[in-house]
Amino acid sequence: MKPKIAAQSGTFESSDVIFLIEPLPHNSGRKIELYSTVMQQYGVSFRRIVDEMLDQFEMTDIHLIAKDKGALEPTIKARLETAIKRSLDQQEGTLK
Amino acid sequence: MKNFKNRRTMLYIPGNNPAMIQQGGIYGADSILLDLEDAVALNQKDAARTLVRNMIKVTDFYDAEVCVRVNHLSTPFGMADLEEIVPLQPSAIRYPKTESPEEVIELLNIIEKIEDRHGLPHNKMTIHAMIETAMGVQNVFNIASKFSRIDAITIGGQDLTADMNIIYTPDGAGIDFARKRIIMAAKASHIDVIDTVFPDVNDEEGLRRETEYARKIGFTGKAVINPRQIDVVHEVFTPTEEEVRKAYHIVKEFRANSAAGIGVFAIDGKMVDAPIVARAEYVLRLANVQVG
Repeated sequence: MKPKIAAQSGTFESSDVIFLIEPLPHNSGRKIELYSTVMQQYGVSFRRIVDEMLDQFEMTDIHLIAKDKGALEPTIKARLETAIKRSLDQQEGTLK
Repeated sequence: MKNFKNRRTMLYIPGNNPAMIQQGGIYGADSILLDLEDAVALNQKDAARTLVRNMIKVTDFYDAEVCVRVNHLSTPFGMADLEEIVPLQPSAIRYPKTESPEEVIELLNIIEKIEDRHGLPHNKMTIHAMIETAMGVQNVFNIASKFSRIDAITIGGQDLTADMNIIYTPDGAGIDFARKRIIMAAKASHIDVIDTVFPDVNDEEGLRRETEYARKIGFTGKAVINPRQIDVVHEVFTPTEEEVRKAYHIVKEFRANSAAGIGVFAIDGKMVDAPIVARAEYVLRLANVQVG
């Protein structure tokens, strides 16, 4: 699936992560930029979680920027799922 | 009393704050209340719901009971909350602004349909009905008494005063009638009844005063909005050593006298009968003490 609109989720608070998504032109694939205060220790698993989530939603033609302040895996997954659904304009049960 | 649980404190945790959720269990509150309602901005409901869903699955809240306050079904958020949270079967769903038994029937129908879809029982997760409107106060006995899944009711002081068009004052004068009516409905239904929050986290004496009053008139616990409030509320709602010693003595004597076929007896010259024994047994349950 391809993002329809630019979207974000999460915060810059400690133990949280903020994701920004924007659509890219057709056949651009994925452009991923990850930043984390714990990149040296957990960068590999952070990247793995992001890739798995993007695969799960079959996302392509996407520019994703993440700024992490030590979020745990369930938080990373929740924030990215929210950002993806918002970018697909598929969020439910919320005001936009 | 259904499945006795100590609910001296219920700690509100905003559902969109991962740091607070992951630390929620370490403060020792009897219940953790993950809030998807008033603590979450209207344009962050999806984010909070997804976060709470993920965190409940993996977070260790130690011995605390885990409850989730969902949004009311009349909002655009309530149904989505139930779809995500009910399959996780937290200890309880807290339902805000409950005003009538018909609302509870609607809520239970939806919950049970979700549980059926996921092959879950209808008797594991309980419901806490929040009474925070004048209509809810008027209907509280029918809300508290008719549903086996409701095992606690709570009063929401801030929303209630807003609904009554009065200002919340530290003496609680405006909600005193509501407090006592709700307590009586809970007592008649043999379920827990939880007092509203004390909003000033810096006023420890005020918190203690209000909690002592809450205990005196019959509340079984109090909601808290900051971990700093937990110790004070626990101190007030935990029986003193002297109370426990006295209760232990009463129950022990009662059992010995019952075995001898004596129903009413005296301790230190004071008559002990069934109500005194029931009160003593309640104190021992609160203190988690068993008579050997």
